[in-house]
Amino acid sequence: MQYLLLIYSNETAWNAMSGEELGKIYSEYMAYTADIKKSGNYIGGNPLQPVTTATTVRIRDGKRAVTDGPFAETKEQLGGYYLVDAKDLDEAISLGARIPGAKYGSIEVRPIQLMGAPPA
Amino acid sequence: MNFQQHYEQIWQDERARVLATLIRLLGSFDAAEEATQEAFTVALASWPKTGIPENPRTWLVSTGKHKAVDKLRRRSVQERREEEASRFGGWIATSEAVAPAQEALMLEGEEMNAVEDDRLRLIFTCCHPSLAEETQVVLTLRTLGGLTTEAIARAFLKPVATVAQRLVRAKSKIRDAKISYSIPRREDLPERLEAVLLVVYLVFNEGYGAEPREVDRRALCSEAIRLGRVLLEMLPHVPDVRGLLALMLLQHARAAARFTPVGDLVLLEDQDRSAWDAQAIAEGAQLTTESLRAGVSAYGLQAAIAALHDQAETASETDWPQIVGLYDALLRIQPSPIIELNRAVALAIHRGAASGLQAIETLQGLDEYCPYWAAKAQMFLWTDDPAAAAEAYQRALTLAKASGDKAQERFFASRLAGIS
Repeated sequence: MQYLLLIYSNETAWNAMSGEELGKIYSEYMAYTADIKKSGNYIGGNPLQPVTTATTVRIRDGKRAVTDGPFAETKEQLGGYYLVDAKDLDEAISLGARIPGAKYGSIEVRPIQLMGAPPA
Repeated sequence: MNFQQHYEQIWQDERARVLATLIRLLGSFDAAEEATQEAFTVALASWPKTGIPENPRTWLVSTGKHKAVDKLRRRSVQERREEEASRFGGWIATSEAVAPAQEALMLEGEEMNAVEDDRLRLIFTCCHPSLAEETQVVLTLRTLGGLTTEAIARAFLKPVATVAQRLVRAKSKIRDAKISYSIPRREDLPERLEAVLLVVYLVFNEGYGAEPREVDRRALCSEAIRLGRVLLEMLPHVPDVRGLLALMLLQHARAAARFTPVGDLVLLEDQDRSAWDAQAIAEGAQLTTESLRAGVSAYGLQAAIAALHDQAETASETDWPQIVGLYDALLRIQPSPIIELNRAVALAIHRGAASGLQAIETLQGLDEYCPYWAAKAQMFLWTDDPAAAAEAYQRALTLAKASGDKAQERFFASRLAGIS
């Protein structure tokens, strides 16, 4: 079963961190990624550029509307993700809890709905 | 025992067990609920002729399983046809419910293994922290308690559709997010067990807050006690589990004396103690002793406090010093302003209202908590300050009105009237 672990955090707090703090967190992330690669849970994952770089596009009345940023005003922004393989929700939650960002922001654990071939 | 009584007894004893095992075998709550229902229907029709089988549980599980297999076979033929048809449409969502179920049905030899653990799997799944608390309550009552959706809706004064919707969403989340049907790992067990106990106690408290005329809501107390007994049967060595059952029995023992015939609240000190359920008190006290002997727990300590109240011949003979000591112990393992408040009340009776008031004045964050103002008012009355007491009762009355608790509202209104 695949789960997407969405990492939310407060970008302002993130930007206020010292180089030393950031370095520590980056190395925690590297260690975590290596860990879940070794355990076979890792499928993919990436940090995202800050929300100031985001663009939203939608189609309304057949017309394309492009706007700056995400339109929801929230305290925490999506800052990265991991795609993992876990045997059940409990394992996925455990994987999410170990993401360094869980200590600062929050991790949303979402099961992936697999599209494709019907069951054998 | 005639057949009907015997059948009902088996329904009482075995329904949750059969359901719990079928959920494991079929890998689906819905299929298992349907299969359980059908198994009992078949039993009702055939047992009068064939006699009740020696092991009704095994009989019911295998009957339910076979009914479900038949249905799956019929369904898979139909689904295959539908899939063929929709393949032209492009994307098809995989249905995980069918494949593992058929695989599980192969396990003829092992399928009755670990049956004893199935009810534990069920309760831990229903009380999984990824489900909202209210959903945990509803799902537990529906599956482990066997209450109908209608009965749950009546008890919680909610529309049937709302409860039904909650159940549907819960089952979808269990399936789609793959909440595992298992007993938590050892390291997660304390936290997960706490959630289970909280659900049972929430059910109890919902019933405890009901007025006598709210028969359906009140019945939740007995239901919670029944769930508590099931939990204790499954987890006899956990002090908290034993403590919770003790606490519920000891509180429920006073049920007959807690209201006047017209439904007005009667304070503990004014209750007719001869109307208390002596048998429940004896059982609760015994369980409390056993629980505390096995280890100190929050529910065990609360049960001990309830036992001291229940065992006092008169209100004035209550062992207040020991109650204050138990609250101190409780605060050490579970700091909470509400427990501080209860301790302050005990202290006021034991050491005098001035000590109680002093303790209560330091408490924070209870401004919206009705019993806080009630306790404060009582202490002002004891210290001869009727004006302050009236003010506090007014706050309590306003909060009771806002919460819609009519019995409390009448109680505080009459208290307020008694002062002026």
